[in-house]
Amino acid sequence: MINKKVTNVQEALVGVKNGMTFMLGGFGLCGIPENAISELVKLDIREVTCISNNAGVDDFGLGLLLQNKQIKKMISSYVGENDEFERQMLSGELEVELTPQGTLAEKCRAAQAGFPAFYTPAGYGTEVAEGKETRDFDGKMYVLEPAFKADFAFVKAWKGDAAGNLVFKGTSRNFNPNMCGAATITVAEVEELVPVGELDPNNVHVPGIFVQRIFQGKEYEKRIEQRTVRQKQ
Amino acid sequence: MALDKNGIAKRIAQEVQDGFYVNLGIGIPTLVANYVRNDIEVEFQSENGVLGMGPFPFEGEEDADIINAGKQTITTMPGASFFDSSMSFAMIRGKHVHLTILGAMEVSENGDIANWKIPGKMVKGMGGAMDLVASAENIIVAMMHTNKAGESKILKRCSLPLTGVGCVTKVVTNLAVLEVKNNAFHLLERAPGVSVEEIQNATEGTLIVEGEIPEMDV
Repeated sequence: MINKKVTNVQEALVGVKNGMTFMLGGFGLCGIPENAISELVKLDIREVTCISNNAGVDDFGLGLLLQNKQIKKMISSYVGENDEFERQMLSGELEVELTPQGTLAEKCRAAQAGFPAFYTPAGYGTEVAEGKETRDFDGKMYVLEPAFKADFAFVKAWKGDAAGNLVFKGTSRNFNPNMCGAATITVAEVEELVPVGELDPNNVHVPGIFVQRIFQGKEYEKRIEQRTVRQKQ
Repeated sequence: MALDKNGIAKRIAQEVQDGFYVNLGIGIPTLVANYVRNDIEVEFQSENGVLGMGPFPFEGEEDADIINAGKQTITTMPGASFFDSSMSFAMIRGKHVHLTILGAMEVSENGDIANWKIPGKMVKGMGGAMDLVASAENIIVAMMHTNKAGESKILKRCSLPLTGVGCVTKVVTNLAVLEVKNNAFHLLERAPGVSVEEIQNATEGTLIVEGEIPEMDV
């Protein structure tokens, strides 16, 4: 077993620097690396480019980095629900690259899997494809999209072990597995770090080879963005 | 009388067939799930990574880790599965999802759709819409026929930035069911009590009317 365990978030984030590119897992506030985000705020790492499907809300998730004006550029598919984001974007302080959601996921996966680029039909004929190479395959047009390049990937899983194996719960999986191994260093935080051997190898969602550092996260808030319920009849 | 949002959803639900995997967009499309016949088997996919989506949870049973693409807390049905975003879009891009239902600001007679950006206004992003419309073979658009000023949203050419080109197959509005083919909107059905003339007047794009046009059964 190759040990990936680090003692805490401070150790997990050794090497993060101003101007770096980070991938952050999560969909809305579901499955976001809460501990890594808090630590990036504390470390006051600035001028960063964040690859993340969304940008959090004003007072949680990536919104915390935005409030602190640490983000230079966001690469996302959807960035509603965040007033500070809107203000910084409209004033030109924040650069935003909107990317179709499936393309965003695949640009992560391509980086993970060693593909420099791939063709996708998404965005063909729209402004997303402007300036990009397009090509006809069997009568349908596709856009060439390059893989992402990132310095750190911060992901969050439900369970993990010191070997770096990860298991996710529900829809908090989302972009997290696609970002593992897609950056130079992948840092996984988990709700529960279990002893090696406890995870059934049949049920590991991300093998430890894609993770460089893993730590037991703490104080997860797991905030719900839209609480929708029905009444019992 | 023109349909309301629930009426549009009810009519679209009739397009959902037994054995279909269906992706529902945010807004009117989400309502479609409420009107699908209960004697057929259908699975709803949400692009954030769930197949076999169920209704909202009972109060007190919400789980922050189980949401839909609208970030709403949901439940899952027996036989459901969770997966990552790349696999989710493999289902969509790989044409494994049979039917995509989404909203639009504008559609054009050649099947273009605009639903993500209004120049001069805060852009929130396209989310998964561009992937969905670029790949799905069966796309139904749920929308109002005209905007608040009474101007047609069923156009010759979209004026807003496009989400996808030549992809829309059917449009269900508060006034009509339209099929999009051969660079025209073909009128299939009228909302109850709405005349062909009213639909003509509310449609800027080419509208083909052939024979008697039946009323929707909603």
